Amino acid sequence: MTGPAVDVSGLVKRYRQVTAVDGLDLSVQAGECFGLLGPNGAGKTTTIEVIVGLLEPTAGAVRVFGRTWGRDGRDIRSRMGVALQEARFPERLTVREVVTQFRSFYPKGPSPEALIGQVGLSEKSAEWTVRLSGGQRQRLALACALAGDPELLVLDEPTTGLDPQARLMIGELVLANRDRGRTILLSTHYMEEAERLCDRVAVVDRGKVIALGAPSALIGALGRESVVETIRRATLEDVYVSLTGRRLRDE
Amino acid sequence: MNEPPVRYNALIQMILCRWRESLRQPEGIFWTFVFPALLAVALGVAFRGNARPDPSAVVVVQDAGAEAVAASLARDGGLKVDRLPRGEADRRLRAGKAAILVIPGDPVTFRFDPDRPESVLARHAADGALQRAAGRRDPVAVAFQPVTEQGSRYIDFLVPGLLGMNLMGGGVWGIGWVIVEMRIRKLLKLQLTTPMRRRDFLLSHILARLAFVPIETVPLLLLARGLFGVSTAGSYAALAAVSLAGAFAFAGIGTLVASRAQSSNVVMGLINLVTLPSFVLSGVFFSTSRFPDFVQPLLRVLPLTALVDALRGVMTDGASVAAVSPQLLVLGVWSLLSFLLALKLFRWS
Repeated sequence: MTGPAVDVSGLVKRYRQVTAVDGLDLSVQAGECFGLLGPNGAGKTTTIEVIVGLLEPTAGAVRVFGRTWGRDGRDIRSRMGVALQEARFPERLTVREVVTQFRSFYPKGPSPEALIGQVGLSEKSAEWTVRLSGGQRQRLALACALAGDPELLVLDEPTTGLDPQARLMIGELVLANRDRGRTILLSTHYMEEAERLCDRVAVVDRGKVIALGAPSALIGALGRESVVETIRRATLEDVYVSLTGRRLRDE
Repeated sequence: MNEPPVRYNALIQMILCRWRESLRQPEGIFWTFVFPALLAVALGVAFRGNARPDPSAVVVVQDAGAEAVAASLARDGGLKVDRLPRGEADRRLRAGKAAILVIPGDPVTFRFDPDRPESVLARHAADGALQRAAGRRDPVAVAFQPVTEQGSRYIDFLVPGLLGMNLMGGGVWGIGWVIVEMRIRKLLKLQLTTPMRRRDFLLSHILARLAFVPIETVPLLLLARGLFGVSTAGSYAALAAVSLAGAFAFAGIGTLVASRAQSSNVVMGLINLVTLPSFVLSGVFFSTSRFPDFVQPLLRVLPLTALVDALRGVMTDGASVAAVSPQLLVLGVWSLLSFLLALKLFRWS
């Protein structure tokens, strides 16, 4: 594929009084894992929902695989897999039933059994989703996102609220999918995770990208600009805090 | 590794999932099976034939000559005669436990309320018994053939009403509530990021509903038949056609109810707004003819009224599909309008 998998320029999303996204530009190259970082309310989820075609932008252009939402919607959707923050599956359906249903939405893809195996849920295949742990639910969400053998995976905060082991497991699955050549766009609050998983990150605040680059480059830039308080190695966390400030956000 | 696409038909998968979800909800099973059955049994027992006011309950006031009068009345096998003092007799009349008081004397006095039908019947019966005992000869010989006409009891009236109520509840809860639940869970949103067709999504709800019609009707019909001998005068095909038309109309109304609501409180309010007035206005528990004439045309075009009227037509009068076509037309118009409006209003994301 030529050109970026996702290309967003001058994106604005305004609700009645609130401007959630205020002139945001980013582009995700095919085959990379791209992270969206930022405090709550920075506009990450809104940006993702515009990119996956759930929201109409107020202004700006969004292209996925070089195509625009509207006429090409169904084509984009069949090449993309999405896991949304806080989406909850029906409690009394089994893992296999949920995955089979999502598989049925796509024209092609692995068998439900193979999808369940990929995310390590084979033993839970006959279990109702209500009986799954938080980490298992996120893996189920990932299996559904993978159901159409997508070129692009969009994951909105796939690890929020999970314990460290579950987060590690999701991280490994993300890396495995990137290594298979899939493009990944994810949002997260966890800096070490972004540093470990993402080839490039964009730090978003107040609806704009305020920093963009490889995690190592951002950390290096911080080291050059600021007084290093301690001897420890600067992390992406330091970059994040220096960019978005230390005070607590309202949300 | 990739499977042939035919194996996973989205519409069929969605219908299967709706079925599984519904059947795995104990509360859904309760409202669909247990609650209507309990209502049918409770109301059927409460309003069964012999609980009606009894025209044969005659009380002779204990007075001079009471014995002779009571003996004359007792010759009519159809009367149950008690002899009581005046005070107690009056109390019984007031409480509706006696149909009439007979006060011996010349003339014999009948004390009764002419507005109570059983009292009027009792007056004629008691009068006849006394006259015959005194020597009146009836010039014409008559014979009586008592029959219990099925289809005329309250339970016969009630069962089609409960069926209609069930079909309405299934539609507005089974679609309205379920879609809003999916919206609250962000599941609708998630599915919209897939190539799922919106048409299939709505269709799956409607078809899953229609497949539930036998489950919502047959057990109740069997119960009513087994316990009370409620039978269907018309054809089962007509009954099925009317039930499906009703289920379809309420599937449309359920979709309309779900089209904008984003919280369970809102959708519950909307569902109550549809269902509660219908229970009163649509002749589920009592006939709509009790309402004034000028509102009758309005009541007749309510979806539940049309459904219940058509069900009653088929079950008690043996009406054909053609005979209930006005009601089917009303249901058809409701289906069409509610679906079109729901499609226009539907909040997808």
